[in-house]
Amino acid sequence: MERSRRSFLKILGISTLGLGTLSAVDLLAKAEMGKAEYSPNPKGMTGKRWALVVDVKKLDEETTQKAIEACHLIHNVPDYGDEEEIKWIWTDKYEHVFPGQEHAYLAEEIEEKPFLLLCNHCSNPPCVRVCPTQATWQRGDGIVMMDQHRCIGCRYCMAACPFGARSFNWKDPRTTYFKDKEPPNPKYPTRTKGVVEKCNLCAERLAVGEMPACVEAVKDSKAIVFGDLEDPHSEARELLHERFAIRRRPELGTSPNVYYIV
Amino acid sequence: MYNKGLVITGIVIFVVFFTSPFLIGLVKSGPPPEPELSPKAKLAKQCVEAKEYMVESHMQMLNDWRNEAIREGKRIYVATDGKEYTVSLQNTCMDCHSNKSKFCDQCHNYAEVNPYCWECHIEPKEKL
Repeated sequence: MERSRRSFLKILGISTLGLGTLSAVDLLAKAEMGKAEYSPNPKGMTGKRWALVVDVKKLDEETTQKAIEACHLIHNVPDYGDEEEIKWIWTDKYEHVFPGQEHAYLAEEIEEKPFLLLCNHCSNPPCVRVCPTQATWQRGDGIVMMDQHRCIGCRYCMAACPFGARSFNWKDPRTTYFKDKEPPNPKYPTRTKGVVEKCNLCAERLAVGEMPACVEAVKDSKAIVFGDLEDPHSEARELLHERFAIRRRPELGTSPNVYYIV
Repeated sequence: MYNKGLVITGIVIFVVFFTSPFLIGLVKSGPPPEPELSPKAKLAKQCVEAKEYMVESHMQMLNDWRNEAIREGKRIYVATDGKEYTVSLQNTCMDCHSNKSKFCDQCHNYAEVNPYCWECHIEPKEKL
């Protein structure tokens, strides 16, 4: 049978269209399946600028240890006890915490006191600026978050952070520190070799409406107060209004959100 | 055709040689393993989505889950049937599928994929 070029092209066009529609319908049907929605937990705490106010006078050595222990148990933080230590929340002396503010006649109580330190969750975080993979970023509520899935372990953030709040996993905690003992919290992951970690202001606890672990651990003494600085009636904001508080190295312009009432 | 015998034998040897990895694989690997359900998973009847979808797309879903939970802070998954689940591999998936070796590992080993979930996420303790 003789077929004209015209009718051949017509048939070709129609069949391509038909096949195309078929596969498109197939694809759409599949996409329909995965279209479920995600929503935040309604019980979760929401804020615009989370902050901690630490009342140094109320934090004696014992309560300080309590806060540290609570955090480390909840987040499966290993305690290597050497230069490869992992720091989420730790202590240091006044002269290291507030360099340039020390002098020879400092009150003895302050000079020797272990200051409770953690990530400052800066409003202008240098670690976020340098991260090449956006493994660390600032959430809408001010928390400087870490996504271990994305961290490539380049340690730029550690160089950028002026507070030493970030630690690198030189070894796999699961095959070293947790080799013979179980990670204390089976509900929270550990980290792996080659990623950077730090305090996440208990984002996973805030998400279900719980206070950060350190705040919860010392709540009897009210030594650490957690609150939203953008909310003028929050506990933290009211405390800052009443008492004089300082921040670590404000001259660097990172605008830390951890305040110390000295 | 010249040298018919030689050419055809040559072609046959060539084809067998180049498909040998696939042929050996077929013989060696045997039938794919069936994932085994834990009693709790069996009782639940359905996973967060339909079985076919889970078989085909669980890796995509887990990827979405981790992005939504960590990066977007959305930790509740509303399934197509309207049920709500906490977005967590360690606490939701593995709560039902507590038999990791029989549910996850068998197939992953068979397909030679090595998801590195368990370098950080703590796997459930299995009763052996």
